[in-house]
Amino acid sequence: MANISTLNSTAAGFDAVSPQVAGPSGRKPRKVLSRRNIILYGLLIVAALYYLLPLYVMIVTSMKGMPEIRMGNIFSPPLEITFEPWAKAWASACTGLNCDGLSRGFWNSVRILVPSVLVSIAVASVSGYALANWRFKGSELFFSILIVGAFIPYQVMIYPIVIILRELGIYGTLTGLVIVHTIFGMPILTLLFRNYFTSLPEELFKAARIDGAGFWQIYFRIMLPMALPIFVVAMILQVTGIWNDFLFGVVFTRPDSYPMTVQLNNIVNSVQGVKEYNVNMAATLLTGAVPLIVYFVSGRLFVRGIAAGAVKG
Amino acid sequence: MNLRALKAILVAGVMLPAAQAAATDLEVTHWWTSGGEAAAVKELAKGFDATGNKWVDGAIAGSGGTARPIMISRITGGDPMGATQFNHGRQAQELVEAGLMRDLTAVAEKGKWKDIIKPASLLESCTIKGKIYCAPVNIHSWQWLWLSNEAFKKAGVEVPKNWNEFVAAGPALQKAGIQPLALGGQPWQATGAFDTLIISLGGKDLYMKVFKDKDAKAAAGPEMAAIFKAANEARKLAKGTNVQDWNQATNMVVTGKAGGQIMGDWAQGEFQLAGKKAGTDYTCLPGLGLNQYLTAGGDAFYFPVLKDKSKSEAQDKLAETIVDPKVQVAFNLKKGSLPVRGDVDLSAANDCMKKGLEVLAKGNILSSTDQLLSPDTQKQKEDLFSQFFANESITPEAAQKRFADIIASAN
Amino acid sequence: MTLRSSAGRPSQLFRNLNSKVALIPMMLVALVVFLGGTIWTVVYSFTRSGLLPRLSFVGLDQYERLWAAPRWIISIQNLAIYGILSLIFSLVIGFVLAALMDQKIRFENTFRTIFLYPFALSFIVTGLVWQWILNPEFGVQSIVRSLGWSTFEFDPLYNSDIVIYGILIAGLWQGTGLVMCLMLAGLRGIDEDIWKASRVDGIPMWKTYVLIIIPMMRPVFITTLVLIASGIVKVYDLVVAQTSGGPGIASEVPAKYVYDYMFQAQNLGQGFAASTMMLLTVAIIIIPWAYLEFGGKKRG
Repeated sequence: MANISTLNSTAAGFDAVSPQVAGPSGRKPRKVLSRRNIILYGLLIVAALYYLLPLYVMIVTSMKGMPEIRMGNIFSPPLEITFEPWAKAWASACTGLNCDGLSRGFWNSVRILVPSVLVSIAVASVSGYALANWRFKGSELFFSILIVGAFIPYQVMIYPIVIILRELGIYGTLTGLVIVHTIFGMPILTLLFRNYFTSLPEELFKAARIDGAGFWQIYFRIMLPMALPIFVVAMILQVTGIWNDFLFGVVFTRPDSYPMTVQLNNIVNSVQGVKEYNVNMAATLLTGAVPLIVYFVSGRLFVRGIAAGAVKG
Repeated sequence: MNLRALKAILVAGVMLPAAQAAATDLEVTHWWTSGGEAAAVKELAKGFDATGNKWVDGAIAGSGGTARPIMISRITGGDPMGATQFNHGRQAQELVEAGLMRDLTAVAEKGKWKDIIKPASLLESCTIKGKIYCAPVNIHSWQWLWLSNEAFKKAGVEVPKNWNEFVAAGPALQKAGIQPLALGGQPWQATGAFDTLIISLGGKDLYMKVFKDKDAKAAAGPEMAAIFKAANEARKLAKGTNVQDWNQATNMVVTGKAGGQIMGDWAQGEFQLAGKKAGTDYTCLPGLGLNQYLTAGGDAFYFPVLKDKSKSEAQDKLAETIVDPKVQVAFNLKKGSLPVRGDVDLSAANDCMKKGLEVLAKGNILSSTDQLLSPDTQKQKEDLFSQFFANESITPEAAQKRFADIIASAN
Repeated sequence: MTLRSSAGRPSQLFRNLNSKVALIPMMLVALVVFLGGTIWTVVYSFTRSGLLPRLSFVGLDQYERLWAAPRWIISIQNLAIYGILSLIFSLVIGFVLAALMDQKIRFENTFRTIFLYPFALSFIVTGLVWQWILNPEFGVQSIVRSLGWSTFEFDPLYNSDIVIYGILIAGLWQGTGLVMCLMLAGLRGIDEDIWKASRVDGIPMWKTYVLIIIPMMRPVFITTLVLIASGIVKVYDLVVAQTSGGPGIASEVPAKYVYDYMFQAQNLGQGFAASTMMLLTVAIIIIPWAYLEFGGKKRG
């Protein structure tokens, strides 16, 4: 927490390091704090510019008309602001015969997102809890396999998954897609939940056990209420990952339930005459809007949750 | 209102118009998404809807490379679409052999496909063990050089009449700030351009020896060496194109930013869409103006086996629609390709299509590489030629050696 | 507290059974999907399966062809360059940004959101935007040229020699925010007394970071490494969106080789051979480490 002593210590520390940071140019020594601040905020602002640049380019480009795009440079603000590209991307951009833009995919994405996020987090949190508190012989072996699984490219697994879903008779259904998202979200999420539950004081768990509480009772009454931060992290990761998914959405569903990213790909990749960069950028921003909003709203919780879940292992 | 009731109402709302028309929805997947292509698909869908059924469009953009994995997964996963586009030839062969595709022989016999579909090789590549499994929709040929008249006017040189003149005009174009040859970055474009050079510069015999007989000696021989040298020239002229999609490259020719492009006849659709006129605005040279041979590849529709009987009937209807003379004309005029039957009226065709039809009438037709080579060999070729055209440090000799290796192991 | 145990007797066996039941989905995924799928893939890599899997064994043919393919070699090299640089830069940039953020700065929330938002965007989007910014005709190069430096050249996506760095720029942009967050969380978890003690001892700040803080943050680094490294091995969408592997085959990566050969070339055997090589590499690095990290410790 912010207290004076740390501030002093960091300031002192920075003082010691600052000659190296500034280089041996031998400038006149200035007031420690202001020089430190110039470097500090200077670096942060430069970094922030690098991160903001693409977003800026996307937004300006999406509000320019095509003639202006061809003439001007990509960093200049629009001379004439137009929202037509946005309207077109949302409602009338074509692929093949369908000229209703991204709108047709939005609700499909929501329909895929909600159950996938809920199921994958439920399964992973229970697994993480069991791995942290109810270890049995061999449980760590399964976990190691799972972690290695995180490194397998999705493309490699398509064929086995197609076969598994076919044998289960759920290929092409929403259930099938939810299962696929649950499977591929599992390694990282289980790792996060396991680390989080491991970091909770052991006494809590032991006391509950002495009181005779069982597996599910401890999970629902003790662990779950304490795990809110890590649930937020898991939710953010899954919302982002599932909303942005293209491959599974297109391979494991039918055209009438294609997610928004499929339309995005179609809009961006189908060139009718010339590439309409403004429409592409608007479509890109529209598709990214949901995860972006989630980040802007819950970014603070995200760091808190990460601090709780990923830090202690 | 509870959810179930809501659902029932929604379902009823969706079903109502369908029920009135007694239609069967048939999902059709394809990768035709460029301007000209989409306009052509619309004709096909219109023709199919006129039979009282409903075309459910499943377009997946990004060319066959993006779309085919999805189509194949769906079919092998047991949830196939109603019909799907593939290139003619060997792309769907294994799916047919595994019994996943519907036998269209009955439809073909009823429609006398054997008599009307020209050239016969088109139907042959749909035929596996005596049965017909696909409906060819068009003939595409690769061996065209598209030239921008405006670009050559600006450079102060005559519009070339063949490839050699085009190469000679290269420096003049460059001087005028015009990209001499437009070549998109997608691997199949470099490969197609190279295969075109083989036929147009090396002739029919060389092409057949290398790709049909898989003669590795011919592939390593002096005749091929000359082709590689020509390809080396082409890659110098193509340097700096900096676009990915074929139609972006075509667009450079349409707008006069580039002098020419080696591209299949589907490029025609883009010129047409931009309102350009063959002969005055742009020039097309079949066989690059040299050897007047065209390959007849193209697209075909395959129909996965479905359990639902009404869907199967709709599949038959779609197959009939595809070869219907009226649909053939409407579709191919928009797409810039040639119809699969010789008995249709193409008086509406423009200069370029007429040139193609002439070659077709002379019988100067060869099988396309999609028909002669396995997708595996095609992919290896793509890897080689996309690298060769993008990277000048690979000498023609080194490339030829790798090419000969690929042909030696080709199947 | 006393719990009404409708769940039954609190016997050891029963409790363990319950936890095992709860782990069934996870065990199924580990065994059937990841292990089973891997074994299946390895077995079929020794066959000449085309479009459909077929058990017609050809020995090591697919592997010989794989290692003779220039595209595979380029893919491996690219992954090595991209992987090593991406690992180093993500960790360094992430840590430095986190250390800067940890200096009790103002507007911390704003800065954090700015660094983190790219992570909300997919690789497809990331690739598109950077393709646009790095496009020589209207991106950075043309801007600098229009400012008067007419020979300025910066076209990483159209130059075979440096294209992989163009992809790296975009990859770092997307991923470092998350690393920063993880590191920041780790720094916040460090006990204040440590800083006090190091100040009392007169240890310079950078030394405190390198010698004391970073070793203490080992668990964070491990989580971060798993996240970054698994992302690196899987890199695919970014390349497809930015360059499609071009110019030529200069920016190809292994995952793309696998996918292209499985479906475009319709040569499953070749694709599986390539993926087996990828899995083997991952397994050699990860399994001993994962076992030490997760298997050896006594916890819970």
